[in-house]
Amino acid sequence: MNTPAASMASAGLWTLAWRRLLRDRVGMVSLALVCGYLLIVIAAAAGIVAGDWAREAGVNYASPVFVGAGDSAPQAIAAVPAAPAVPSEPGIVDPLAGVLAELRQNLAAAPPEPPRAATLPLGGDKWGRDVLKKAVKGTETSMIVGLVAALLAVAIATVMGAYAGYYGGRIDDFLNWLYSVFTAIPYLLLVLAIAAVLNQKGTLTVILILGLTGWTGIFRLVRAEYIKHRSREYVLAADAVGASDAQRMFVHILPNVSHVVLVQLSLHVVLFIKMEVILSFLGFGVGVDTVSWGSMLNESQAELILGKWWQLAAATVAMAVLVTAFSLFTDALRDALDPRLK
Amino acid sequence: MSTPETLLTVRNLKVDFRLDDGAVLHAVRGVSFSVLADTTVALVGESGSGKSVSALAAMGLLPASNATVLPGSMIEYRGRDLLRLQPREMTALRGAEISMVFQEPMSSLNPVFSIGFQLIEVLEKHLGLRGRFARNRAIELLREVGIPDAPTRIDAYPHQLSGGQQQRVMIAMAIACEPRLLIADEPTTALDVTVQKQILALLAELQKKRRMAMLFITHDLGLVAQVADHVVVMRDGEVREQGAVADVFRAPQDTYTKALLACRPPLDRRPHRLPVVDDFLKAGAVVETAERQRGLRGDEDIVLEVRQLAKSFYFRESLLRQREFKALGNASFKLAKGKTLGVVGESGSGKTTMVLTLMRLIPASGGTVLFDGRDLLSLTPAQAMTYKRRIQIVFQNPYASLNPRFTAGQILLEPMRIHGIGATEVERVALAHELLRKTGLPETAFHKYPHAFSGGQRQRIAIARCLTMKPDVLVCDEAVSALDLSVQAQLLNLLQDLQDESGMSYIFISHDLAVVKYMSDTVMVMKDGEIVEMNDADALYRDPQQDYTRRLLAAVPGS
Repeated sequence: MNTPAASMASAGLWTLAWRRLLRDRVGMVSLALVCGYLLIVIAAAAGIVAGDWAREAGVNYASPVFVGAGDSAPQAIAAVPAAPAVPSEPGIVDPLAGVLAELRQNLAAAPPEPPRAATLPLGGDKWGRDVLKKAVKGTETSMIVGLVAALLAVAIATVMGAYAGYYGGRIDDFLNWLYSVFTAIPYLLLVLAIAAVLNQKGTLTVILILGLTGWTGIFRLVRAEYIKHRSREYVLAADAVGASDAQRMFVHILPNVSHVVLVQLSLHVVLFIKMEVILSFLGFGVGVDTVSWGSMLNESQAELILGKWWQLAAATVAMAVLVTAFSLFTDALRDALDPRLK
Repeated sequence: MSTPETLLTVRNLKVDFRLDDGAVLHAVRGVSFSVLADTTVALVGESGSGKSVSALAAMGLLPASNATVLPGSMIEYRGRDLLRLQPREMTALRGAEISMVFQEPMSSLNPVFSIGFQLIEVLEKHLGLRGRFARNRAIELLREVGIPDAPTRIDAYPHQLSGGQQQRVMIAMAIACEPRLLIADEPTTALDVTVQKQILALLAELQKKRRMAMLFITHDLGLVAQVADHVVVMRDGEVREQGAVADVFRAPQDTYTKALLACRPPLDRRPHRLPVVDDFLKAGAVVETAERQRGLRGDEDIVLEVRQLAKSFYFRESLLRQREFKALGNASFKLAKGKTLGVVGESGSGKTTMVLTLMRLIPASGGTVLFDGRDLLSLTPAQAMTYKRRIQIVFQNPYASLNPRFTAGQILLEPMRIHGIGATEVERVALAHELLRKTGLPETAFHKYPHAFSGGQRQRIAIARCLTMKPDVLVCDEAVSALDLSVQAQLLNLLQDLQDESGMSYIFISHDLAVVKYMSDTVMVMKDGEIVEMNDADALYRDPQQDYTRRLLAAVPGS
């Protein structure tokens, strides 16, 4: 019985928007790119790819394959010098002799370190870690930070905007005051303050910093939408049939303002990915045990002086492609959700 | 006497619109008519008939992005083919020879410039007048369109003028360059009846005095007799009938024209059922002649009693001072069971405020609303829930009163879930289907979203939503005002059938006095938040006691 009912149904507004999006060629290409990145993120998070990004697979500053080994040819790593024969001086007993002997034995027993490659697909960093794998792993960190922080910011902003716009009056005054306080503090100062309060480095910290500081603009937009919608007849009609305030706010109005929320979410993912880079560059980013595009850029500062440009290039290209694709997708999304704006 | 010159000839005009989903809408399919100098031609039709599109095509104002005028169409103005003109030539022609008055004066005037500035701009651009000359000419024009105290008012901003005055300014701008042809697209639709009458008189007077031709576009056949010499009746992009106004009104040839003339509620009779277009299109259908009895005997049960209901809005003027605006003052009335109370009044008279207040949709400033012996206004929100479902409302704008993200089925199920109507979900779905059928909607409507329905169908969904709660009182706040005449007749029939069947009481609000008279047992006239007069419907229309009521009645088109 379900199937005939479904075929009789008219397409909902979401379906119509999806069809408009399907017709937008630029939008679809950028969506495919974004999906590609997401797949990489999932694969990296599951450990299928780039799980061993921290392994020192190449020589220090290994060149990318397409550049060739060239002048950065590795100085052959000197083999571990054999233990010098200890002159046996009578009377002097080496107190560490036993320990050293054990260490030597262990080293000899351990499998020999695999030979380090002279070149890597996209080159290596200071410790010879594979830049390609770092970029992939960095994609995971950066996108998770961008997505989760944007979700957090949008969630905070939507709930606050809904209350402020729907109820107005005192609640609106209070939330606006909060908004003013947050926007009155210089941004970096605010970031520093929150970082100081959280007092630890890590992905979660970055997400919290971005989410807790980034809701302000979305809040104003959502609030304005709610003010516009609260006096619409369909909301009045919902009141007349007995729907509660919460039902009117989140069941009736929210789906009608969700296109604004969705576009803001998409915009903020891009914004937060860029912000993460800036934060990492400033040293408030993710910890040393993980890698993000921001920390890669931070490292490449020193490398550039030595002429090692590949880490910078890899992080920049990975980020630029995603940010451009995501921005174009956001534009297409906006056009599809609100065709009157075009 | 020589035959008058033909100003505008439209021949075989075809216009296609490309829709969002790639489909093509044939908005105008081969329309031909002509406008002679010094006459008024009325283009009449319901929404979607192509009347406005035809006029926009003549002005060269169709949106270039998705509208195409098909080859073979011809629009000729005094021997020049308008479809072949360069955009620059067309612009020059538009200002000087042909001009246009639109429906919404509020959105046609720029709110940040004074009306004088906007009027002078037209004079400077098209007539090359400068400085004092332009200003003096602007004052003359304002005087001509009946703006009182023109030398001072010229510096007023649009929001300082009433809707009628704004439309007068728009007309002044349109006639500033002494056009030979004035196109008026629903110029009075957004205005109250008394203002509408003045604007129509002004247009007719200007047309005579300036010897202009006028193309008057309207959905209201009642207006046509008042202003036009020649009428073109359109439907679905085609001309159904055209001829001299007197002939068409006396002896309409086309079935559709006949139906349009018949489905408007008459002021002098009260047929049991209004004829609808289908009645005429079906051959051999019998038009009912039975009359319906309306009016109170005096011994009916009272379902709702409103006493001294008042509502004030406050505007903060400064930190400490508030200005009070009395939207409703001391309204008292009784509503009899199974009867209809009609409410008429111009915009801003407090009609809607009154019903929203008595339904607790906005808080009241004072008074009592007795329902079942309890004062609804003094109940707590939780206590009021049980009464809430028993007074329901159908709003004016069917495009705004249904949540666009809900299917018709969800819209009907929601109130049942909230009030616990129907024991199981299956039962509720069955009831929803039954109500859709009862309100004349197809079964398939259940799964469709509001945007898939026409205005009339949406209003049926809104009515069905109210019926889910089996209300004792149904408030219809301009419920049929936004609909086409033929659809309006169908809905009025539906409302009467429902009342006959269930014995609901109606509070029927409308600015259309003919519709209110047709539907009501008692009629209340409101002005500036006060009840001016209340009487039995027939008695009030036959013998109005108040000046204001008399003025309202005199302004009814076609009376």
